[in-house]
Amino acid sequence: MEATFEQEPLLNPKKTLTDVNIDVCKPMERLPSRSWFVCFAIAASLTVFGLCLFVHQLRTGMGVWGLNNPVGWGIDITNFVFWIGIGHAGTLISAILFLFRQKWRTSINRSAEAMTIFAVMTAGLFPIIHLGRNWLFFWLLPFPNTRGSLWVNFRSPLLWDVFAVSTYFTISLVFWYLGLIPDFASIRDKAKHKVRKLVYGVLALGWQGKQSHWNHYEIAYLILAGLSTPLVLSVHSIVSFDFATSVLPGWHTTIFPPYFVAGAIFSGFAMVVTLLVIVRKVFQLEDYITMVHLENMNKIILATGLMVGYAYGSEFFTAWYSGNIYEMFTFKNRALGPYAWAYWTMITSNVIVPQLFWFRRFRRSIPVMFVISLIVNIGMWFERFTIIVTSLHRDFLPSSWDMYIPRWVDWGYTLFSFGFFFTFFLLFCRFFPTIAMSEVKSTMHVGRKTPETEEFVF
Amino acid sequence: MSNKLLGIVGFFKDPYHLLRAAKEARARQFKFCDAYTPFPIHGLDTILGQKRSVVPWVTLVMGLAGCFGGFGLEIFTSAISWPINVGGKPFNSFPAFVPIGFECTILLGGLATLAALLMFCRLPNFKSSILNESITDNTFALYVSAKEESFREDDVKNLMEKCGAIETRMVG
Repeated sequence: MEATFEQEPLLNPKKTLTDVNIDVCKPMERLPSRSWFVCFAIAASLTVFGLCLFVHQLRTGMGVWGLNNPVGWGIDITNFVFWIGIGHAGTLISAILFLFRQKWRTSINRSAEAMTIFAVMTAGLFPIIHLGRNWLFFWLLPFPNTRGSLWVNFRSPLLWDVFAVSTYFTISLVFWYLGLIPDFASIRDKAKHKVRKLVYGVLALGWQGKQSHWNHYEIAYLILAGLSTPLVLSVHSIVSFDFATSVLPGWHTTIFPPYFVAGAIFSGFAMVVTLLVIVRKVFQLEDYITMVHLENMNKIILATGLMVGYAYGSEFFTAWYSGNIYEMFTFKNRALGPYAWAYWTMITSNVIVPQLFWFRRFRRSIPVMFVISLIVNIGMWFERFTIIVTSLHRDFLPSSWDMYIPRWVDWGYTLFSFGFFFTFFLLFCRFFPTIAMSEVKSTMHVGRKTPETEEFVF
Repeated sequence: MSNKLLGIVGFFKDPYHLLRAAKEARARQFKFCDAYTPFPIHGLDTILGQKRSVVPWVTLVMGLAGCFGGFGLEIFTSAISWPINVGGKPFNSFPAFVPIGFECTILLGGLATLAALLMFCRLPNFKSSILNESITDNTFALYVSAKEESFREDDVKNLMEKCGAIETRMVG
């Protein structure tokens, strides 16, 4: 007999298997509320606004951005790194926690994976927006062409990015869809309307819950989790190589890959907390996304926040220890130069504020965690801004220094990115099950009393 | 619908009773019986005598294909098709090719995993009718095929009822 601990139930212990289907499908079976329409209208308008900005950029040229000669990467790449980072928490929850058999992941993995996919889609737009000739974006792919064939430069980290981000998007989508198949089947069998039955029936591919199918399914799920785990670590490492392989002080550091991955998970979890606090309230899923889940996520935010804080300190130490005057200047300039406000926003939001999560009372308080998660998101946005802009604007020769002042187009695209992300996320909440029903059902026994006469089987 | 009996299905309210019935069915050396459950029940595959899935082998083969394909593409384009001197780096800059070789491995391996799953489960399948609509909700079912050598209608029905089936139905 293995030792057992008294464990807090993951879900409300009164819930039965049928309740899961009823409660999760409820928001999909009624008309959206007025507030959903308001949110959707705002998000969709911001998306349309972004399209207008893009037309403006195409007609006028890249000069509409506030970028200049030393600062060729500004808010565009900040947004790219920010959104890619947001995506990482979804894969951590769905793949890494799965490999570690963390059963609490089942209530939150569906929405976290959705967040990953939409965040990667948002991120993927920025390198394309940022291209000088956006309409030639497909030149990034190695295909036989009439220019020679002139191939792409496989030695460039920017090309590694193309492969990493597109692989990440594809595999996340496959993983997400795989998890959705049994749930689509549940919706199909529950549906009363003909069209609804047909649409979800097609999406479910005729899934019947056969044991011989589950047999393959579970292995496939495990394999995809195993593939996604090194993939997610590689993606943000490769994003960090965009910077680390250059010779610019402040970018050219070996700490970048782990530092970026930790930061990505940190910001991603903050985003998951922000989204789920709203989702569980609006769709009355408090019995499924419980305090246990939120507290566990807050613990991860605290842990990764400490890693990020360590990386900030380590960067400064290394700059001083290197004895290199350019390296030392860059870091002094970060903390005391013209962008010091961005640097200190980052330190306050990412290192100081999350320390509140040492206290159980704050970890379990909805208003506190909501505010902290927003602050962390802002802080992580400024982290990318600081890394990119402060390193570029004053590098070696003072004669080539300049300031980067974002213009309305730069900020407009940032607003657009949030609108674009939330347009998809709001649609997801309406049309897809926000909780992985079949997975939640398999963890319902956690922390519950089992009948004494029965073997403990699942 | 034909009148020939294809099999008998028993419905259960929880996995414990289903497992008990599955064990009984296994004791009778039934080969074609299968269970239908709303979520995977651990241990059921061994009780029903199902072999470990071969999906991982497909992943391995296609993952290796992706790996060799990725590196092959990089080396072919950079060192054979049109070698270009980029910053004095060697034409075959193998270390710089590792990230993309890795991504290609994952990409092909992952896509092949999904394809293999669909192939082995014969999905999409919109033809076979659904036994019971609550199987994807809260019902567990065990199906015994009439093809079994030692199949006797009353014996199987008895088995299901003894193990606590809430309903037994003939499929034909």
